Amino acid sequence: MGSIQLKDVRKAFGAVSIINGIDLNIENGEFAVFVGPSGCGKSTLLRLIAGLEDVTSGQVLIDAKDMTNVGPAQRGLAMVFQSYALYPHMSVRGNIAFALKMAGQSASMIDQKVRKAAATLNLTDYLDRKPRQLSGGQRQRVAIGRAIVREPKAFLFDEPLSNLDAALRVQMRVEIGELHEALKTTMVYVTHDQVEAMTMADKIVVLDRGSVAQIGSPLELYNRPNGLFVAGFIGSPTMNLIKGAPAAKRGAETIGIRPEHADISTSAGEWPAKVRLAEHLGSDTFVHAEADGMGQLTLRLEGEAPLTPGQSIFVTPREAHLHRFDKDGRRMN
Amino acid sequence: MATQQTATAGRALVSPSVILLFIWMIVPLAMTLYFSTLRYSLLDPDNTGFVGLQNYTSFLTDPDFIAALINTLVLVISVLVISVGGGLLVALLMDQPVFGLNVLRLMVIAPFFVMPTVSALVWKNLLMNPDSGLFAWIARSLGFEPIVWFTNWPMLSVIIVVSWEWLPFASLILLTALQSLDEEQKEAASLDGAGAISYFGYIVLPHIARAITVVILIETIFLLSVFAEIYVTTSGGPGVATTNIPFLVYKQALLNFDVGSASAGGIVAVILANIVAIFLMRIIGKNLEG
Amino acid sequence: MAIKKSMRQRVGVTILAWVVAFLIFFPILWTFITSFKSELDAIAMPPKFLFFNWTLENYVEVQQRSNYLKFAFNSVVLSIGANLLGLLIAVPAAWSMAFAPGKYTKDLLMWMLSTKMMPAVGVLVPIYLLFKTLHLLDSLLGIGIVLMLINLPLLIWMLYTYFKEIPNDILEAARMDGASLLNEIVYVLTPMAVPGIASTMLLAIILSWNEAFWTLNLTTSNAAPLTAFIASYSAPEGFFWAKLSAASTLAIAPILILGWFSQKQLVRGLTFGAVK
Repeated sequence: MGSIQLKDVRKAFGAVSIINGIDLNIENGEFAVFVGPSGCGKSTLLRLIAGLEDVTSGQVLIDAKDMTNVGPAQRGLAMVFQSYALYPHMSVRGNIAFALKMAGQSASMIDQKVRKAAATLNLTDYLDRKPRQLSGGQRQRVAIGRAIVREPKAFLFDEPLSNLDAALRVQMRVEIGELHEALKTTMVYVTHDQVEAMTMADKIVVLDRGSVAQIGSPLELYNRPNGLFVAGFIGSPTMNLIKGAPAAKRGAETIGIRPEHADISTSAGEWPAKVRLAEHLGSDTFVHAEADGMGQLTLRLEGEAPLTPGQSIFVTPREAHLHRFDKDGRRMN
Repeated sequence: MATQQTATAGRALVSPSVILLFIWMIVPLAMTLYFSTLRYSLLDPDNTGFVGLQNYTSFLTDPDFIAALINTLVLVISVLVISVGGGLLVALLMDQPVFGLNVLRLMVIAPFFVMPTVSALVWKNLLMNPDSGLFAWIARSLGFEPIVWFTNWPMLSVIIVVSWEWLPFASLILLTALQSLDEEQKEAASLDGAGAISYFGYIVLPHIARAITVVILIETIFLLSVFAEIYVTTSGGPGVATTNIPFLVYKQALLNFDVGSASAGGIVAVILANIVAIFLMRIIGKNLEG
Repeated sequence: MAIKKSMRQRVGVTILAWVVAFLIFFPILWTFITSFKSELDAIAMPPKFLFFNWTLENYVEVQQRSNYLKFAFNSVVLSIGANLLGLLIAVPAAWSMAFAPGKYTKDLLMWMLSTKMMPAVGVLVPIYLLFKTLHLLDSLLGIGIVLMLINLPLLIWMLYTYFKEIPNDILEAARMDGASLLNEIVYVLTPMAVPGIASTMLLAIILSWNEAFWTLNLTTSNAAPLTAFIASYSAPEGFFWAKLSAASTLAIAPILILGWFSQKQLVRGLTFGAVK
């Protein structure tokens, strides 16, 4: 069991309000990701759930029980920190066993659980090493191991992959995903990287300046962003947002079209443009173009496209994939 | 950063030390202040009474006090000049590429660890004794009459002993500060064509200015309360030639049993120390912001 | 400066540096040498530097005549005991200031520092009278409490600067792992801070060992540590230089060795972190 519910949670440090009233339900077994630019309050929100910070007002419920005024030790949650926060003076074994020791479990029980966790995470050969003798990825695994042995109601991850290099990040992303599949335990995961959010989440919570911008599944957010902020944040390369005549023609203040949702022709089309740069990735080609009177457009073509800088092209958005926003930046229709 | 629980725990855990230090400093200080307004002699403990500022006027107008105040200032300032000036020279020397720096550092810092009673007696007897001390032998070998240090030059003798105790402290701290000057800055300066003097004036001195200030302030605090060295060598004499304020207060309290007057002297010492402390605290406080 | 000094220059500075260091260290060396002389050799003119009859009799006599071991025992008990006690109070306080700072933490730290700057004579009279009333004069307990209190601000300050270097994350991880506050301090913070705590203790022990205001004024014989033991040589035993030297060597040797180990921390501790 491990459902988490936030009711009108607010957090202020002195006069500075960080979280401005958030309501949120995370179901048991769900993989929820908090995503947003730095300073949006996502880490603070996680720390409020963990109990490492007190809410200024509002309630935190875990399994429908009010935990607002309960200390972090009693909430039954486990956390993986960005810095891993391993105990440097303890061996890997000691790190993983610490929580069990604190819970007063028997030595044989602890040993058994530590072995099992170590086997799951490929750490068996490293049990007697100190954290400083481990690589970044191994430290990350120890941090996860420390969390899983406790069999918590939910795992909290605070940007756990941001200290790893790109290749390792992809690998750990997969491992965490598999872990969720195997354990079926609730996970709450904070990241600023929308790719991580899109690939891992059942439910994404996009935060903007201390408020929820949108909650939904990855594809919901991709297909139907509810406003300019989410539209610009989810998806890579980011959505082209266009104001002026093309928008007015469609009855909107701003229209948005994802790079992959426009067609390019060298002979005819709606928006004439000039290629400034073409990035050839092999599988895709990213085209950066200057459209007349509209500014920069980024476009994505499958495969190799024989485009060169300075070339004249025509861009035509696919109407079905066009997003329309009103003057307050909200989605229309 | 913390939750209510940790904040509460924090207050609970810090309070024993606060309470103890409060009892240790504030309460006795208040008592000293109170005693200083009383006629109170341990020789005649029943005859006490409120006398207002009389203890202060008698203490402050006592020629012994004026002498003690001057002695205190002479001692503090002379030792500061010798130990900081000498310490800076020693530190600059050790900062050069010398062989065996680690051993050198051990030798230089050693006097700081010698307890004050030992340093004072060793200097007084083994080195400065006019008959068979080492200095007397050196003087005679060079054809001079040996100096009768603690009789003819009592204050100078005390200053020499105390300077020897504090020179290592200044050297060590200034050396640490010098060594934190980064190599690249030195190279940049030499590429800019800075000569030794301008290099010292524009690069080294500003870099260690703070360390020098800290050394001066900390030494001042300790030097204002020099006691053991005087206690075991001259007992404040001859006459009052080496009586400083701490020693005068000690004499009033534990030798003359005049609690009122000693308390007034104690308060004067506190005021003097506080003038220095305010400057030191400002520097350290600034450091806390970082 | 950056241009490599020639070897000749380097040898020159080295010789100069060794001469200076030797002169500074000489009084200690001289005391050490004198402690192995007979009393006659000790006052011989011209002085005998190395060629005399080396003897251990002074050490034997110092112990026999003035019971050196009793004073040494007092010094050890006082400097270690007082600071262990101080540590018990200072570790929680430093934890609190480093990891659960409140609005007034900085002011509190500065206030503690200020108590260290109060001259002892300012409170000599009431403390002396208080001790007399409570029969704490010349007792290990009494002088121990005083030594503990005069070092407490230093202990808290040094520990505070060491604790500040420990990432808060790790303590939070312990909290998430279900550690109570006591467990957090005992199993996580303290072992991580061992080097810092050790050097703090070392400096505090050195300072207590050499403290010579309160130990001279509040003890006479039973609780008197080595500072008072040496002071008793000011007269008339002061004329027995070899014995004075032996006693002095015994009094400073242990702390000199400890001190050499703790030079680095010394700078930091004595300047309250203002110079590192």
